[in-house]
Amino acid sequence: MELNAKIPEGPLADKWTNYKGHCRLVNPANKRNLEIIVIGTGLAGASASASLAQLGYQVKAFCFQDSPRRAHSIAAQGGINAAKNYQNDGDSTFRLFYDTMKSGDFRGREANTYRLAEVSGDIIDQCVALGVPFAREYGGLLANRSFGGVQVSRTFYAAGQTGQQLLLGAYSALERQVALGKVTMYSRHEMLDVVIIDGKARGIIARNLVTGKLERHFGHAVVLASGGYGNVFYLSTNAMGSNVTASWKAHKKGAYFANPCFTQIHPTCIPISGDHQSKLTLMSESLRNDGRIWVPKQKGDTRKANQIPEEERDYYLERRYPAFGNLVPRDVASRAAKERCDAGFGVGASRQAVYLDFASAIQRYGKAAAHKAQIHDADAETITRLGKQAITEKYGNLFEMYEKITAENPYEVPMRIYPASHYTMGGLWVDYELMTNVQGLYALGECNYSDHGANRLGASALMQGLADGYFVIPYTIGNYLAGEIRTKPIPTDHPAFDEAEKNVQERLDKLMGIRGKYSVDHFHKALGKIMWNKCGMSRNKQGLQEAIQEVRALREEFWKEVRIPGTQNELNPELEKAGRVADFLELGELLATDALQREESCGAHYREESVTEDGEAKRDDEHFCYVSAWERKEDNHFELHKEPLAFEVVHLTQRNYK
Amino acid sequence: MNLTLKVWRQKDNQDKGHFETYQVGDVLEDMSFLEMFDVLNEKLITEGKDPIAFDNDCREGICGMCSMYINGRPHGPLHGTTTCQLHMRHFHDGETITVEPWRAKPFPVIKDLVVDRGAFDRITEAGGYISVNTGNAVDANAIPIEKDTADLAFAAATCIGCGACVAACPNTSAMLFVSAKISQLAELPQGKPERRSRAINMIHQMDVEGFGSCSNIGECEQACPKEIQITHIARANSEYLKATFAGKDK
Ligand SMILES: Cc1cc2nc3c(=O)[nH]c(=O)nc-3n(C[C@H](O)[C@H](O)[C@H](O)COP(=O)(O)OP(=O)(O)OC[C@H]3O[C@@H](n4cnc5c(N)ncnc54)[C@H](O)[C@@H]3O)c2cc1C
Ligand code: FES
Repeated sequence: MELNAKIPEGPLADKWTNYKGHCRLVNPANKRNLEIIVIGTGLAGASASASLAQLGYQVKAFCFQDSPRRAHSIAAQGGINAAKNYQNDGDSTFRLFYDTMKSGDFRGREANTYRLAEVSGDIIDQCVALGVPFAREYGGLLANRSFGGVQVSRTFYAAGQTGQQLLLGAYSALERQVALGKVTMYSRHEMLDVVIIDGKARGIIARNLVTGKLERHFGHAVVLASGGYGNVFYLSTNAMGSNVTASWKAHKKGAYFANPCFTQIHPTCIPISGDHQSKLTLMSESLRNDGRIWVPKQKGDTRKANQIPEEERDYYLERRYPAFGNLVPRDVASRAAKERCDAGFGVGASRQAVYLDFASAIQRYGKAAAHKAQIHDADAETITRLGKQAITEKYGNLFEMYEKITAENPYEVPMRIYPASHYTMGGLWVDYELMTNVQGLYALGECNYSDHGANRLGASALMQGLADGYFVIPYTIGNYLAGEIRTKPIPTDHPAFDEAEKNVQERLDKLMGIRGKYSVDHFHKALGKIMWNKCGMSRNKQGLQEAIQEVRALREEFWKEVRIPGTQNELNPELEKAGRVADFLELGELLATDALQREESCGAHYREESVTEDGEAKRDDEHFCYVSAWERKEDNHFELHKEPLAFEVVHLTQRNYK
Repeated sequence: MNLTLKVWRQKDNQDKGHFETYQVGDVLEDMSFLEMFDVLNEKLITEGKDPIAFDNDCREGICGMCSMYINGRPHGPLHGTTTCQLHMRHFHDGETITVEPWRAKPFPVIKDLVVDRGAFDRITEAGGYISVNTGNAVDANAIPIEKDTADLAFAAATCIGCGACVAACPNTSAMLFVSAKISQLAELPQGKPERRSRAINMIHQMDVEGFGSCSNIGECEQACPKEIQITHIARANSEYLKATFAGKDK
């Protein structure tokens, strides 16, 4: 199949305006008769459901948690980007676009990324109108902070709980539409298949997680907003339930999966403390604004952090990347931490950690605060106290969380951090309209591949989720549904629904019938180890080939030896997990296959065979300037399709943060 | 450390439920309370028994999904802490820990420690929003908001909707949850146009769902993992009174 990204004509800056001016519209009377299924109520799904319902469509929204407000988006901490240029520091739509392309190491699609930057300002307006309590300055206007990979302050935030506040805004808009009867909400439901009729997505099979019953739902279109697949690494910063299942089922029904190997490892997470560990906790990137990262200059130094004098500390990011210092992009910061730890300079009991130190920020803020309070002869104690106050204001909840988990006080001793799986740039292939290659099947938010190339900028996922949901899909879905106004709802006793439900049922029966020896977590942990060691921050040919074999073997063992207690017809968390891990076991192979195929380093994808002399990632534009879009064949075989990337505006350069 | 756990087991909504006692060994201080449950469940699965169902997702104290009633307190002994952020270093070797679901009529038990909190969504439906359609917004900085006001609204908005306040309240009132939203939106200029109908409708829905009324006992504030303050209840009450005198906004 030919991949057509459907990029509109015209200069980059005019494309979206042109598109909106020419796309087909659906009149209000017809909208009432059109039904849309939305899977997921995170930022992407909740904003899409609310906006589509407002337009008049009939929406059915699904999530597996007990309430739409609990989607994984709630956990985002640091902030959301927008090219408002409120700080007058040189920001613009173009600069946000360019920073995103560059951070993505030129493996994103220009037109999509430009549109994202273009609508970013509207998102902030919309959120404020919905009552999102962003941080403000004393003058009453919105505050900003900076994030990695850029040199302007364009990140809006609500202390360390930006995701929660944005999601509650979208959730409230969603609930308003539920009250108006325009959205029907299905919580504790898991989508387990897409139903395709005559080449078009026409519905889903979902499992009611409380009763275990399978349900059939029709829709004129199906929108997936089901989040990322970072949990393929088992340990990640994602919520426990985050999974690939919805995307994977769509993939198995023909939707291409793009750039699965582009997975982001976040540099600042609380390190692993033991085998019992079930997840890793992020310490927001915003901390790198004020925290300085260092390790001892001396190998294997076992002194406490506070006993290591200033001149014996290696602020390696500031040393290696003087222009960006601690604010280099995530992939660069993660690899640099791994490099130091692998070389024997790591700290903490496991030696797999580096310090993130706030001592100098406390002094800096303390002095500024003293100055502002007209205390001219402030003593050290006062300065420290005022400085700590300022830090609490900015990052209080993160410091608290760190202390709860580690029992160490980060106001007094530096945090220990290490990289962890965090976000996935890869996902379902979509065109400019966010439609997959399956007609009427859309993918929004983290579950699609579109705007971030090979590495996402901090604070841009929230932006993308809300851009897709509030401002893109309301237009683009109309362009498709305008052609569907004569399609009557298809009764769910159609053979395609029978067939899909039968397949889902058979898979559930098969899982329940295994009654093997090991728990689902046992397999998930084993998969995570393979993926992290051979397909994580650093990859090479041999390791990837081994990973593919090992994942296959593990998958086989899973289908023989997994033990799922209980029955199908009840709330059964183990069965839910088993279905998700079964899908991860298929995805894991594709991820490694994609990484093996891409014999270049770009962004977060680091192939040891493709590096510059000083160890930086080396792209190969001649051979790999494309999106890899994988089609699934029988028996977990995959065929590669390439969407060439053409750049009209940006010039491909080797990224340089020095 | 080694612990004895007394856990509430209930097959489904119809079942009467009972306590079951379990021994858990090799509990490490750095484990979270839920990780300790993971260890127990892993053991139960290996022994061919039914693991204990409990809600959780983010394990970062922000999604509001985890909900265990530990030793007679929602989310356990630590102030301002969700179950998932409670670590085993706060317990000691040999201790017996009792774990139950939220006990409140409007939160029926689904299984073991899992309850149905759909009532909170329905209360939000009744008015926990600002009626603004996508695309209707003015420039964000066109509405300056005093920092103090913004901070106050933010403090109210940190509610994670876990329901600990209800579980703690002898009257099973949901007033802390409801008031936090009323207060947040009444505080902000954007929320003012609908403040009266919001207060009346949300409180009405709270009654419909079967939550009790607030008699200012204050257990909710103590139990709230986000330390939402009871002053919001006073503010919501005053919103409500003003609204009932003046009638709903048109
Ligand atoms: C700890 C952490 C901090 C972060 N901080 C930031 C930040 O500061 N700034 C930033 O920009 N980004 C941040 N991110 C990234 C960002 O939060 C996510 O990329 C984004 O929220 C994803 O939103 P989403 O709407 O695409 O999906 P999600 O929020 O993951 O929502 C997925 C939804 O799909 C539903 N679902 C999934 N599968 C199924 C199924 N099979 N059936 C039914 N429903 C299903 C779920 O129930 C859920 O409602 C952070 C991520 C993490 C992990
Ligand atoms: S699991 Fe999310 S708050 Fe505890």
